[in-house]
Amino acid sequence: GGHLLQSAQSSRAEPASFVDILEERRRGSDISHALRAFSPPPGCGAPPPSPSALNKMVLESQHLRYVVAAESGKPQARVREEAAALLDEMSQNLQVTFIRLLGFALSKIFTRLFRRIQVNEDGLARLQQATQEHPVILMPNHRSYVDFLVLSYIMFTYDLSIPVIAAGIPLMGMSLIGEIFRRSGAFFIRRAIGSDKLYWAVLSEYVRTIVRTGFAPVEFYVEGLRSRTLKSLTPKMGMMHMVLEPFLKGEVYDLSLVPVSISYDRVLEESLLAHELLGVPKPRETTRGLLKARRVLEQDYGSMHVYFGNPVSVRELAKGRIGRGQYNLVPRDLPGRPSEESQAFASAAAHRVVRLQERGTVLSPWSLTALLVLQRPDGTRWDLLARDTLWLRGIALQLGARLDWPADLPDLEVMSSSMALHRSVVRCEEGCVWLVEEAGPEPVTQEEGVFRRASAVLMCASYRNQALHVFTRPAMVAVAMGTVPGHSQEDIYRHFCFLRDLFANEFVFVPGCGPQDFEEGCSGLQQCGAVSATDHELKPTEEERDTIVFLSAILEPFIETYQVTGDNCTLLYFSLRNCLSFFPSHFREIFPNSTRNPVTLRRDTEGYLPPTPTCCKLQCPNIYFRQSHCRIHPGSCSPTPLCGPQVATSSPI
Amino acid sequence: PKATLQDIMKWNGWGYSDSRFLFNKKGQGEFTGKRYRLSGMILPSLKDWFEATFGTSLQHKTPATPTLNVSAVPPPNLVEPFVEELKVAGVAASHDPEGRVFRSHGHCLHEIFALREGRIGRVPDLVVWPNCHNDVVKIVELACKYNVCLMPYGGGTSVSSALECPLEETRSVVSLDTSQMNRILWIDEKNLTVHVEAGIIGQDLERQLNESGYCTGHEPDSMEFSSLGGWVATRASGMKKNIYGNIEDLVVHIKMVTPRGVIEKSCQGPRMSTGPDIHHFIMGSEGTLGVVTEVTMKIRPLPEYQKYGSIVFPNFQQGVSCLREVARQRCAPASIRLMDNEQFQFGHALKPQVSSIFTSFLDGLKKFYITKFKGFEPHHLCVATLLFEGDREKVLQHEKQVYDIAAKFGGLAAGEDNGQRGYMLTFVIAYLRDLGMDYYVIGESFETSVPWDRVLDLCRNVKERIVRECKERGVQFPPFSTCRVTQTYDAGACVYFYFAFNYRGLADPLHVYERVEHEAREEILANGGSLSHHHGVGKLRKEWMREAVSTVGLGMLQSVKEYVDPNNIFGNRNLL
Repeated sequence: GGHLLQSAQSSRAEPASFVDILEERRRGSDISHALRAFSPPPGCGAPPPSPSALNKMVLESQHLRYVVAAESGKPQARVREEAAALLDEMSQNLQVTFIRLLGFALSKIFTRLFRRIQVNEDGLARLQQATQEHPVILMPNHRSYVDFLVLSYIMFTYDLSIPVIAAGIPLMGMSLIGEIFRRSGAFFIRRAIGSDKLYWAVLSEYVRTIVRTGFAPVEFYVEGLRSRTLKSLTPKMGMMHMVLEPFLKGEVYDLSLVPVSISYDRVLEESLLAHELLGVPKPRETTRGLLKARRVLEQDYGSMHVYFGNPVSVRELAKGRIGRGQYNLVPRDLPGRPSEESQAFASAAAHRVVRLQERGTVLSPWSLTALLVLQRPDGTRWDLLARDTLWLRGIALQLGARLDWPADLPDLEVMSSSMALHRSVVRCEEGCVWLVEEAGPEPVTQEEGVFRRASAVLMCASYRNQALHVFTRPAMVAVAMGTVPGHSQEDIYRHFCFLRDLFANEFVFVPGCGPQDFEEGCSGLQQCGAVSATDHELKPTEEERDTIVFLSAILEPFIETYQVTGDNCTLLYFSLRNCLSFFPSHFREIFPNSTRNPVTLRRDTEGYLPPTPTCCKLQCPNIYFRQSHCRIHPGSCSPTPLCGPQVATSSPI
Repeated sequence: PKATLQDIMKWNGWGYSDSRFLFNKKGQGEFTGKRYRLSGMILPSLKDWFEATFGTSLQHKTPATPTLNVSAVPPPNLVEPFVEELKVAGVAASHDPEGRVFRSHGHCLHEIFALREGRIGRVPDLVVWPNCHNDVVKIVELACKYNVCLMPYGGGTSVSSALECPLEETRSVVSLDTSQMNRILWIDEKNLTVHVEAGIIGQDLERQLNESGYCTGHEPDSMEFSSLGGWVATRASGMKKNIYGNIEDLVVHIKMVTPRGVIEKSCQGPRMSTGPDIHHFIMGSEGTLGVVTEVTMKIRPLPEYQKYGSIVFPNFQQGVSCLREVARQRCAPASIRLMDNEQFQFGHALKPQVSSIFTSFLDGLKKFYITKFKGFEPHHLCVATLLFEGDREKVLQHEKQVYDIAAKFGGLAAGEDNGQRGYMLTFVIAYLRDLGMDYYVIGESFETSVPWDRVLDLCRNVKERIVRECKERGVQFPPFSTCRVTQTYDAGACVYFYFAFNYRGLADPLHVYERVEHEAREEILANGGSLSHHHGVGKLRKEWMREAVSTVGLGMLQSVKEYVDPNNIFGNRNLL
């Protein structure tokens, strides 16, 4: 549990003071900003090697030599050439000139797009300190294409070493832009590497060499891809292993993982995301596409927040959790899969970082409003919505949320201006708030009608998702309480664990931290005054009954989407493997009618719909698709949102 | 017994009573006595280095208790009939408190620190001085008869708590001092071997052999005081092992007295295939199985020519790469050692006052050449010291080969003087800890061996770990944390760490010190280093033995102990 738990218990977020970096840009000259003296403090390692020297180190590494020698059936020289070609495709070519160029362009763009870019300077100070001690791994969450641009821009502005960034290879394909990114420190990773050993070897050695030499922070998205639903994704482990390895092998004394939480009042790609979720294929990243997207520049995206979290020492994390002597009897360069112990450690570390990203995320008032709007999709009165948003703000603050709620403005104004930013999703007319339907000719089929509404619902759901992590654990305890006869903490915990396993792919839980999660949920409820805890019991309080009901309702759509109804009302469970391995006996108990074998569904890595004929479920829990039919799940359109979870009798809870 | 080292050595510090570092009234460093090249010299830069490195002030002193308080020594627990029979057998024995205290410790920090504060722990109840192998046979027989615990004592230079009396030992503890068994019994010039009683002290053995035109070439840093029997019992390593080998390479025959009887081989064949080598049960047994009484070892004619040398490298990494290359080409000189930057600066602090303006001008010129002209960063550069031996022509050839390799790694030859001073420092550096302890500074050295590819990582991580652990435990000023590579092998190197800190403001400095040393050892093991290269395990590192040799390995050693000494007569409880 360690450090994370400690911060979990003091649930109120420590205050962070944010500074708007655009303010100075609006006053000063962009040119002189771009051309100013840029002298980041030296990193912990040797001076930066030139990109070609770096590539040479990689190609001549013992690790690569092992792998090249193991490639049978081809002449060694050929394999070496292939490796060099892969490296050429992959490698960054960081040049300060291009950083300046980019800095100039971004000053222009960002000042148009955003009202403010809010950055916590104390976090940057800690980051600067960390870069001088040990290699730093910057781990931002990924919500928009501009995430990494913003980060590099901030680093440039604050005179910090420009990070070397792991980017998806589609970006490289954009003519000109790809090259600009490369010279701004991006290196490119193919999707779906599969079992291409040589590629893995080149990539991992490249990453490890950068980490080892420590000349610049390495930046990568531990979530692996842009979250289309704005909900945190369970981490991907490939890059995580690569960056951790130099520590596990003793090649560096320590590593600092720096979680970075990026949040937008309004995400640039919001409608694109909604369409992707509805199955419209993601447009290919092209320069032409980018130019077309210029109209994006004409809109108002409000503020964005970048919160640099406390650096996490990998050495501290590893203490007592992993034996570092595991490479004592083999050459450290020998290619091989990480041990089970290392995998478990890397996974726990990655999950922790995502949790820290969540904790650092700054929420806009709209996120809270969206949560409520979604529960009243058929429209609601503005005054009621405002009242409930204020009520929700109280709960959110009790639960430790970071809110961007200006204290110097009247609350009503804060809420309405925050909502006004989302004209494309909600409208407020004659004191009533409505979800917007996409314009177009009268719908011909029901399906089309659903589609038009869906986009607004999905966008709304996405903004709700941004705030979800605040409520998840208390809500799970609340649901568990509602399903247990009596108030025994032990029973509630058991049901809580069931939900935790069920939602393992839905929300981010640090593996093995069930008790801590439960503790966090319980203490959250206590903070809100919704429960009273004695030694062995957890009882809801009469006064705050609403809170329990409300929190349960938040999870309702998620619970319901996990009950995908088949032809014969047979319950199929997504991610059943997880449930079954923990509750094998439970399963029969819970699903006495189940005759089918559990089906595990593949999740497409790109996030949009694969054309599979059978049931499949998206990351977004509000809709499910069956045999290419799309419906919005009633769970999110329930007319009576403020009531307890209505769960089928055969359900687990 | 005849005069022993006890008469001319400190009772609560390192080495000869007449030799010590001090800061004189002017605040200048000084080394007293006449025994060493540095003796009687003024060390003008020592004070500044000392104060800057440890954040100390000469105002704050922590002097040692001047004399041993005899009344604090626990009365001896004697087995009268045992003492009687010893007397009858003509073996010298004494329960004089000073002698018992002198043999109750080695030179671990905690042992010396306690003595300086006048704290006396469990000490042996009796000291016996056998004169020869047969005396030892007699003593061991009597010990078995009366169930007395025997602890062999050679030079007393242990740094593994090996000489500490186990607190849980309730029997009478007898220190078996081998110092009287110090004769060279014969020299065999046809086979180039020498047969010696195991109590002989290193420098005496070497000096006497030199008079006959020979040497063993075995020169551990402790050779002024450590004994041949001690080397065998701990698997010692000598500075010039590249030419002469470590103790296991030098030994031809060993005679040891155990409770089961005497163990030895039947011939002096240079190599045998007769099952596991029984010498390897003896070497490294750390006094748990018996007493080594006589040893036959190899000798070599004295080398015709010796030459020191030194090389400056731009940084430690380059230096290690050079040593690795030297090892790869198997052309290591008799000794090659690489100091890191901190030790290089430390070495400078011990430079005696230069006699002429010309020398200091030359020094300045050298410094200018290296740092300004060659662009070496004064806070990164490091130095290797070298010692070549052999016939003149070959030495010069060899020297060229090594300097050519060094040049490939950016190394610059830095003169014989620096090299020679480096080796001289080896012998005086141990005295320096006592000076530190006069001014709130405690420290220690420890060592390991590690594969080549992990040398750099291990050095960096262990040094850093020491710094961090000190900080975490409330040490106010960053510690002195430094290392050097002292031996090269085909597959790896021996690394030596020095670590010291200013303990002002700490409630329990010894505890802090012990925790940091413990963590440093953990770090060594996590980085693929060994539990010990030549200091041994003793009681200090016992907790890691199972991890180091596996459960089965430990069981094998235990079963040997079980057979050889079922009643634990050799009860120092080292190793196992």
